[in-house]
Amino acid sequence: MITIAMVTGFILILMGLYGALTNPNILRMIVSFTIANTGVNIVLVAVGYIQGRTAPILDEAVPVAEAAARIIDPTPQALVLTAIVIGLGVTTLMLTYAYKLYEMKGTLNIAKFSELKW
Amino acid sequence: MIEIMPALTLLFAAAMIGAAFVAIRVKQISIAILAAGLVSLLASVMFLFFAAPDVAMTEAAIGSGLTTFLFFFVLGRVRGDKHD
Amino acid sequence: MIKRALVLLFLFALGTLFVELLLNYTPDTELNQTGRYYAEHSAQDIGTANITTAIIVTYRGLDTLGEVTVLFLTAAIVGVLLGRGNHKGKSLQRKLPPSGELLTTGSYLLVPLILLLGAYVFINGHLTPGGGFQGGAIIASAILLMLLTDPLRHFSHSLIAAVESISGLFFIGIGVLGIFYAGGFLDNRLLPLGELGALFSAGVIPIIYSFIGLKVGAEFSSMLVNLSETEDT
Repeated sequence: MITIAMVTGFILILMGLYGALTNPNILRMIVSFTIANTGVNIVLVAVGYIQGRTAPILDEAVPVAEAAARIIDPTPQALVLTAIVIGLGVTTLMLTYAYKLYEMKGTLNIAKFSELKW
Repeated sequence: MIEIMPALTLLFAAAMIGAAFVAIRVKQISIAILAAGLVSLLASVMFLFFAAPDVAMTEAAIGSGLTTFLFFFVLGRVRGDKHD
Repeated sequence: MIKRALVLLFLFALGTLFVELLLNYTPDTELNQTGRYYAEHSAQDIGTANITTAIIVTYRGLDTLGEVTVLFLTAAIVGVLLGRGNHKGKSLQRKLPPSGELLTTGSYLLVPLILLLGAYVFINGHLTPGGGFQGGAIIASAILLMLLTDPLRHFSHSLIAAVESISGLFFIGIGVLGIFYAGGFLDNRLLPLGELGALFSAGVIPIIYSFIGLKVGAEFSSMLVNLSETEDT
């Protein structure tokens, strides 16, 4: 189960990077980046999972005394939660810049932005 | 229960990879954005399989909800793009 | 195409790296040292039922402060970049078709309920899955529904900015009070820890998470409002 999720995550990262590197349209590059972002999150969550254990929330089913033997690692979850929120911030910034570029040039094709080309 | 989880995970993994393939290959950008949102939504179900309900909530609300609408707001502004 | 070949080469190298990682990865069967510390100590030290919340708000509260700062910077940059086009576009108010009876009536019914759910999620962040970030996103989705119902509705930017700054100020203020009256910056033991699983427990965590929720909700809302208020050029 962990292997399936990790393979999926790695494939999503590779697909997202491929899309970001080969698509000429800036908006589609950003879409590809969000897919790669999701892939990274899946890999991180899969690393924290331990077979046969439950979520890190204490209640009647998981008393405090047995917690260390019953729950999965909560640290990657906190990390991924942060990563998702920051991911939205990064995506919003990219979208804003894409809109500004469109406003300036009237196109989103990366080949038309030749000012810095060498 | 233990037998069914790997099969479900495999199913969702296949669906996610399919949706991601659609997102990077399809011609219309609007469909690509929706497919990326679908990848996020399936990922949030997968986080639930991996005993991470906090992450699943965040991914469903932020990754597949707000991100998709932000994309559509920008897409609505850049409609006049003829060069694609 | 040489560019595509280079891209494929790069991805192939990255892929072999991933395969190498995957083959050498052995899943843990026990919690590692950090995880075990959190599992054993967060109930009596922090008093939260949801250990992820304990990590986010208290053990690594400084990270969360940084995260909220990054979001604030993003919202500010979006506002600065899109703000200028806003004024000149104000005069040409586009004529939009009405958004339909279903959406209008539905939003009157749903917006208060969604706001309530958002508040519930961030107030109960220390007991159940959820917390400030999820609750903030839910509140922002209520704003999004209002935007969809009436795209030309004018949202008060100063109200959003006020909510954001005041909640950010209280968040840092509680953190600083922790230096003087408890163990350190963002320590939650300003208030008694209470009983595990009760709503008023875990010290100041519900208060801090509520302020984070309001702040994150205001930031997401300001991003959405700014992006939707841009006019066609």
